[in-house]
Amino acid sequence: MSSTRSTQSGQSRRLRRLLVDRGIDLVLLVFSLLMLLPLVFLVSNGFKTPQEMLAWPPTIIPANPTIDNFAAVLQDTPLLRWIFNSILFAVLSTLAILATSSIAGYVLAKFRYTSLNVIFALVLATAIVPFEVYMIPLYFQAQSLGILNSIWGLLLGYLVMSFGIFLIRQNVIHSIPDELLEAARIDGAGELWIFFRIVLPLLRGALGALGVLAFFQAWTAFAWPMIVATNREAYTIEVGLALFQTGFTVDLGRLSAASALVLIPSITLFVILRRNFVEGVASTGLKE
Amino acid sequence: MLRRKRWLFAILAILPTLALFAWLRMYPIFETLRLSLHKWDILSKNKPFIGLANFKELLGDRLFHEALLNTTIIAFGVLIITIPTAMVLAAMIHYRTRSRLSGFYETAIFLPHVVSLVPAAMAWKWIFDARLGPLNAVLTALGFEPQAWLFDPTLSVISVIVLCSWQALGYAVLIYLVGFKSLPVSLFEAAKLDGASGPQSFWFLSIPMLKPITLYVSVVTLVSGFNVYAQAFVLASDAQGAPGRQVRVLVLDMLENSFRNYRVGYAASEAVVLLLIVLVLTLVQFSLLRERGRA
Repeated sequence: MSSTRSTQSGQSRRLRRLLVDRGIDLVLLVFSLLMLLPLVFLVSNGFKTPQEMLAWPPTIIPANPTIDNFAAVLQDTPLLRWIFNSILFAVLSTLAILATSSIAGYVLAKFRYTSLNVIFALVLATAIVPFEVYMIPLYFQAQSLGILNSIWGLLLGYLVMSFGIFLIRQNVIHSIPDELLEAARIDGAGELWIFFRIVLPLLRGALGALGVLAFFQAWTAFAWPMIVATNREAYTIEVGLALFQTGFTVDLGRLSAASALVLIPSITLFVILRRNFVEGVASTGLKE
Repeated sequence: MLRRKRWLFAILAILPTLALFAWLRMYPIFETLRLSLHKWDILSKNKPFIGLANFKELLGDRLFHEALLNTTIIAFGVLIITIPTAMVLAAMIHYRTRSRLSGFYETAIFLPHVVSLVPAAMAWKWIFDARLGPLNAVLTALGFEPQAWLFDPTLSVISVIVLCSWQALGYAVLIYLVGFKSLPVSLFEAAKLDGASGPQSFWFLSIPMLKPITLYVSVVTLVSGFNVYAQAFVLASDAQGAPGRQVRVLVLDMLENSFRNYRVGYAASEAVVLLLIVLVLTLVQFSLLRERGRA
């Protein structure tokens, strides 16, 4: 008697649990789709004819897909040039940040001298200050070097990243034991050899995460490229698009086409590198 | 001898990075502080020290007040929308970790955070568009008046908040997910044995235990909210920067003072105000964390 009752209540509990699971799935699914909807419409609007843009309700799959918008945008603007500028800027910035962060993070983690502690404190202190606070003096530094409107001017703001140093330092402390380095030293390895042959390979995961973060940081940079690049040929894609949309009576079809051209590669890249990215961003929350 | 060599390596290795830091971070930060105390206009020859006069002028500057007010409303608006939503979403995704769709949820919610800002803002520009936008179409269908979302001063601030929240949400959810994963499983099992329901454990266990994470995400969200610029620029700067229609935010006001009015010292004093806001927020975070640690 009591055993049948308990299986019954077990069954109803299982049923309830299944319902709750499905309910939560439904909420999450609807929410996820709503989050994506603006981007989906943007891409689809890029393929629409002006008449279809006005149609209600808006279609997700265009009835008569056209590439006129894309052709018009590529003709009106140096869009490919802007994309190229952005990619070059992001790649060089990533390389610079990886180089500076890995060596500095390693030294700050494994060499214990008072002078280094002071340096680390300074790095941490500058990390609190938002870029927007000091970008105007930095602009004048770029100006006096004569590198406004060039890739070097863009890079000037994005050569170092306090968080990168911090991230690498944490990783070295957690994943590279002192004994390993001591053993190599006893075997007669030089410091540079140790760094390149032992430390860097062990940091591959962390460097991957940092690299993806750095790339997307430069790729989506706005305020700095906006003031440094004032000449059409030197724009990054963000600046180019932002000014393009104020430039003439806004044609949403063309704007959407241009935006879609930019979004599709960056979304693809993100989906491929998602693991690295999530790791990198998640580690930003762990600094306490 | 060996010791000396190691020390030399450490110094030589860190020197290039340190030099870059000094040149590209510490010097310009110092310059911002210095310029804010000077009458430093690009056109004038004399750039005298004027003490706190720039800050005094800020007190009576109508445009600056408008910028500060808008920026504060945007920062706190994003905070109020993002934090509770992110917490609930993260709890649900965490609960469904084993579901095949959990990767999709995470990606979909996180994607707006990484896609390029301006193209994403363009999507919202269409949504909010007074004539073509689906938002007004939905409102009309429901029997409401269509609104000029991007032209009305209040509504355009709301539009910026919506766009910023859409972008900020993914980051907050991700950090909360890390937080949920670090909570002790045994505690939740014990609560369950004692008859606590899911929502009860969420309310009485998760929320209090995630307080440090909430504090961290809140400060990050507020700080990035105070630095808002691109979103306001794209959404609310139609007609070639007609100033009446813009959502004036701090960074925009600062850049305008510097590059349109050529008043660099004055712009620097605005930057210092921004810095002070960020410092206060960070200090609040640290002191609250420390208080918790002692308790």
